[in-house]
Amino acid sequence: MASFTHQTTERNFRDRTRCRAHFVRGLVSLFGFFTLWGAASLWLADPELLPPPDAVARVLWSETTSGEMLLHMQATLARVIAAFVLAMSIGVMLGIIAGRKPGVDAWVSPWLIIFLNLPALVIIVLCYLWIGLTEVAAITAVAINKIPMIAVMMREGARALDPALDDMAQAFRIPRAARWRHVIVPQLAPHFAASGRAGFALIWKIVLVVEFLGRSNGVGFQIHLYFQLFDVAGILAYAFGFIAIMLAIEFLVVQPWERSVSRWRRHAH
Amino acid sequence: MRIDIAGKSIDHKPVLGRISLTLAEGEVVALTGPSGIGKTTLARLIAGLEPSVGCRIAGAGRIAMVFQEPTLLPWRSVIDNICIATGCDAGSAREALDNVELGDRPDVFPTQLSLGQQRRVALARALATRPDTLILDEAFASLDEATAMRMRVLTRRILEKFGFRTLLITHNLNDAVELADRVLLLDGNPAEIQAGHRLSAPRKATDHKLELEAIRAKQRVARTDLTKGDGSG
Repeated sequence: MASFTHQTTERNFRDRTRCRAHFVRGLVSLFGFFTLWGAASLWLADPELLPPPDAVARVLWSETTSGEMLLHMQATLARVIAAFVLAMSIGVMLGIIAGRKPGVDAWVSPWLIIFLNLPALVIIVLCYLWIGLTEVAAITAVAINKIPMIAVMMREGARALDPALDDMAQAFRIPRAARWRHVIVPQLAPHFAASGRAGFALIWKIVLVVEFLGRSNGVGFQIHLYFQLFDVAGILAYAFGFIAIMLAIEFLVVQPWERSVSRWRRHAH
Repeated sequence: MRIDIAGKSIDHKPVLGRISLTLAEGEVVALTGPSGIGKTTLARLIAGLEPSVGCRIAGAGRIAMVFQEPTLLPWRSVIDNICIATGCDAGSAREALDNVELGDRPDVFPTQLSLGQQRRVALARALATRPDTLILDEAFASLDEATAMRMRVLTRRILEKFGFRTLLITHNLNDAVELADRVLLLDGNPAEIQAGHRLSAPRKATDHKLELEAIRAKQRVARTDLTKGDGSG
């Protein structure tokens, strides 16, 4: 027992050291990125084409303090959330039904293949043409882009459900609601997390395109504006603001949630 | 309890032939036969897990099944596994765990337990439903001999204590003679009950040699008959 504890402590120590080394390397790498960028900017000597990092930081700061950045971030975030919720609800439902019922899958599968291969831009343009340059068109376009991928990922999850647990639930006559909550949803959770994560990453990007093409606010709209003004510093400032929000959501929402649903896995032998 | 099966096919291949089976109140019947003969199919039919066209089951009451694998929910604690499956309260679940000697570990996750302990949780889960009929499907398979023996002793004590009407599905004759009142041999293609043997002192005798020999002799006769039948057919 003493030797086991000793080994565990040693392993923990090794893990921690490795983790710290990893973090330091990451920081150095990031520093390298900004140095390279600064050097390239100096070499080009054209601040309009490639402004140095500090110029971009100044724009980022002024846009943030003036409240402009927040306004556009909010608009983008609202679209992302609306499209995400819509795409996840429909995609998850469709995927689970298709995965559980091969008969339905035969009907749904060709549609999924068509929509998976339809370029995002085509869907966006068609939605704007058919529905008009409205918020509904923007969110619908983003959701349609995302639904097939979520459905396909959830379908794989539903196909991989353990038939032995299904039998157990049936043999013990577990009520339908409890069966979903305790037997099916926990099995689908990793697929749900993966499709949510992939969905979120893609939706952000598509929302920007939608805003670029037909909205009058949001990060995409601002990038369009700075593009027309040939203001690279403005474009980069919004890009970095955007990355900061993405990372905040990743560390404050996605990772804590994943940790809480996979709690039982850490107890495994 | 009476079971009448006219026959059962899976993917158009006949697995079970005509089978009639009666289990008295409190009786433990062991159903043995070679692997893959259709024992589990029969258990699944009785438990209502297979479409039961041409199958009549009367007087079974509440049926609880212990599966070949523990089939526990790895993301729920041991006690939650019992409460969720059976709908019982925590007190009854604890009592069931006490009966399988796991009363001290209600809050661990199944993955923290050994296979033998997981099997005991599965048995406790079946006990917690307070069944009229218990089906044990290869409940001692893939355990090492020492664990299997402890599990057999525990199962025997539980059967003695609660007096459940029990159908014990096993390919191992030792399990059968140690736990059952009556042993039935399932064999043939499609499988039917070929012979039966009533034990003289069920769950009492320490040496089962004679009983085992008698069953094996009946098994050999049945096999010879089946081979002859095949030859003439």
